[in-house]
Amino acid sequence: MISGDPIPFEARTRLRIPLVSAKVQAGFPSPADDHMERSLDLNEHLVANPASTFFVRVQGDSMRDAGICDGDILVVDRSLEPKERQIVVAMLDGDFTVKRLRKREGKVFLEAENSAYPPIEVSSGQELVIWGAVTFVIHQPR
Amino acid sequence: MKTRFALVDCNNFYASCERVFNPRLIGRPLVILSNNDGCVIARSEEAKQLGIPMGAPAHEHKATFERNAVVVMSSNYSLYGDMSARVMETLRPNVLAMEIYSIDEAFLALDDWQGAEFARELRVRVRQWTGIPVSIGIGPTKTLAKIANRIAKKTPELGGVLDLGFVRDGDALLAQIPCEDIWGIGKRLARRLAAGGIHTASHLKHAEAAWVRKTLGVVGERILCELQGVSCLPLEEVPAPKKGIASAKSFGKPVESLEELEEALSTYTARAAEKLRSGQLLAGQVHVFLTTNPFATRQPQYNAGVQTVLARRSNHTPDLIAAALRLLREIYRPGHQYKKTGIFLTDLMAESELQPDLFEAIPGTGRVKELDRIVDGLNRKLGRNAIRYGSMGVKQNWAMRQDRRSKKFTTRWDELPVVKA
Repeated sequence: MISGDPIPFEARTRLRIPLVSAKVQAGFPSPADDHMERSLDLNEHLVANPASTFFVRVQGDSMRDAGICDGDILVVDRSLEPKERQIVVAMLDGDFTVKRLRKREGKVFLEAENSAYPPIEVSSGQELVIWGAVTFVIHQPR
Repeated sequence: MKTRFALVDCNNFYASCERVFNPRLIGRPLVILSNNDGCVIARSEEAKQLGIPMGAPAHEHKATFERNAVVVMSSNYSLYGDMSARVMETLRPNVLAMEIYSIDEAFLALDDWQGAEFARELRVRVRQWTGIPVSIGIGPTKTLAKIANRIAKKTPELGGVLDLGFVRDGDALLAQIPCEDIWGIGKRLARRLAAGGIHTASHLKHAEAAWVRKTLGVVGERILCELQGVSCLPLEEVPAPKKGIASAKSFGKPVESLEELEEALSTYTARAAEKLRSGQLLAGQVHVFLTTNPFATRQPQYNAGVQTVLARRSNHTPDLIAAALRLLREIYRPGHQYKKTGIFLTDLMAESELQPDLFEAIPGTGRVKELDRIVDGLNRKLGRNAIRYGSMGVKQNWAMRQDRRSKKFTTRWDELPVVKA
């Protein structure tokens, strides 16, 4: 059976399992042989629920103070119930945006983490759908 | 208690996949075209209401599209295949057993306590986790679960779920279902039934068994039993990828160029397609792999595998070659000394299992089959590959026309959905 996709994600990841120990034809066996463990798979750390986890690309700097920069990749888990103060990907009037979800006095706000951007109050006429909760930020330092 | 079945069916699956990633499509009529942008193969509810038929050639409906601001998109099978896998993996942990019936349908075997309430929760979960809306029908047989699903889908008040076990007058519901809509019957057999005065599922359920057998054969008798609530069609759990046809070979000397790999893979694919046809099978998925020589430890190593779901099941060599080469180009990286490539065809189904009407409706099927038959016959007579397709030896441009394809949001790093910050 062929497994593996060009994208290392979900169960399709190839886990390299170094179970084969050093060959013992000649010379000395490796002293590490008895201590072999499975190599770490980043998916285990970043993706709790593969079926509901998606990656999205960030455009803009309104979330800079939360450590989310232009060009970053966000890990978004749709299975998590979005809670107050959580950073979420939301659909607001047909656009995808990443913001912090706030609820105050019965009103819903999408707050930026950058003083240059005022909070967005979601009015009753607007259509807001919380698409998923952001669980990790993949950032490449420059 | 007897087993009960649920059929989970994704609503307007391809259109729904597109909408998960493009909220602007929500509420607008949307059609999706076949490979090469020829015919309509999927429609959103709004497009259905405009009367755009399934299979309609796109160019004949241009005026309708323009007048109603219909969004027209190319098919994006990488996306649909990935979203399908997500829906299936969301369902699987909740049930005793499951049969993936098609890209957008699965039969579930239910436990005693799993009824309409469970189905409603499952429906909410699939919607939340994947964004895909589904309908769920429950019944004592697969055939009845299919019917329940159909009614659930057509009756908005049901909220997408119907358990036939809790319907007081089941026959009244069956009376709404014309014979041609019963799983496994189709237009042709329905005409035979109509000649005997049998027009609905309810008529058929109460028809005389001997007459049904005479008219429809064993298949019809099985459908009759299933309509009466006696399960004759078990869940086919065997995961599709286990049944497959492979064709692969190591190269005599390392191969580096894409052209040579394409030739080799086309040849293997033609062979696998021939095997398929000799078994009267159709493949639903194509897997391609590519690897360097693991023993040449001084060389940089590379190996990759990738798969795709075919738009429709096929055993036609050019279809399979086109898919295989597309996959190969996806995983090919220049600069390696390749040792082996190959193809693996899975999700196999007997040609006869495909609903006959579906098969007839595909334009050119008859001629395509005839061509394959001639090619296979000549190859048997004149030796393998006496008759060959262009790509098996000559470079061809296989590029598919897909002018309006959405991005491969879930399978390509460079095509991820963009969120504004």
